[in-house]
Amino acid sequence: MEDKKNKGKDYRRIMSVAKKKKSIELLLVKDNPSNIRLMVETIRESNFNINLNIVQNGEDALAYLYKKDKYAQSNFPNLILLDLNLPRNDGREVLAEIKNHTLLRRIPVVVLTTSNSYNDILTAYNLQANCYIIKPIDDLKFIEVISSICDFWFKIAQLPSIQNNHY
Amino acid sequence: MIPVEILLVEDNPGDVRLTVEAFIESKILNNLHVVEDGIEALAYLRKEGKYKKEPHPDLILLDLNLPKKDGREVLEQIKKEGPLKKIPIVILTTSSAEEDIIKSYELYANCYITKPVDIDQFMKVVKAIGNFWFSIVKLPPDGHKT
Repeated sequence: MEDKKNKGKDYRRIMSVAKKKKSIELLLVKDNPSNIRLMVETIRESNFNINLNIVQNGEDALAYLYKKDKYAQSNFPNLILLDLNLPRNDGREVLAEIKNHTLLRRIPVVVLTTSNSYNDILTAYNLQANCYIIKPIDDLKFIEVISSICDFWFKIAQLPSIQNNHY
Repeated sequence: MIPVEILLVEDNPGDVRLTVEAFIESKILNNLHVVEDGIEALAYLRKEGKYKKEPHPDLILLDLNLPKKDGREVLEQIKKEGPLKKIPIVILTTSSAEEDIIKSYELYANCYITKPVDIDQFMKVVKAIGNFWFSIVKLPPDGHKT
């Protein structure tokens, strides 16, 4: 009897694993806590199966991508949302490093920043940012923008998949 | 409002027609320019010959499998050329092969999209491209106008 019960449990566990689609690995590089909170909430409420990882400065972003120290077990992101103005290693440097790296450069980088400066926009595209989005100041508009980013990149676009043991 | 300039590099007349229709139906004021092979695409972008007076595109929609010069070569060339590399390129192709997706992103395609076979779905995808790139994204400033 006990045995049968356990088998049932195992079966249910296997089925729930099989049903679960592979989650999307999203890396968010942002230092503003209230922005992070809004993004986490919006992403949680979306219907996408997203594994959201957050780092709050440029140095940690690179450590995460290179799987250094505490990030040794990190997953290769399918998409990166990157702020430009960050403490320790500016977003521009992080972007340049990613897009010059043989393996990392395939990861789409969405620049999401409050800056609307001509130079920032031009520099980001010249460094091969995949797209540049100006973060709206209004919270409701910001939520809409996050939803649009998710809808476009996770439903319409194809993301590069990366085997974790490949780098 | 100033219309956005789109360059469509596509050799399949059916897909060209559908893309044109989708952009007409979308709310985005646009001028869609069509070239049918890779050589023409580069000539257009470099304003060579008959393309001398053509405007600089705000966005390029690029098929991968093209006559004369392949889409992958066109992509690589554009992303190497100083004045052209900032222009966002959306790969729009029938291929969903993993190697095409990875290769395109490695060559700095801004985004990779597999064309749906279903016509309604195809129209939806084209409209979604227009909506995302022209109302959510901030496009690069046009160096040729400034």
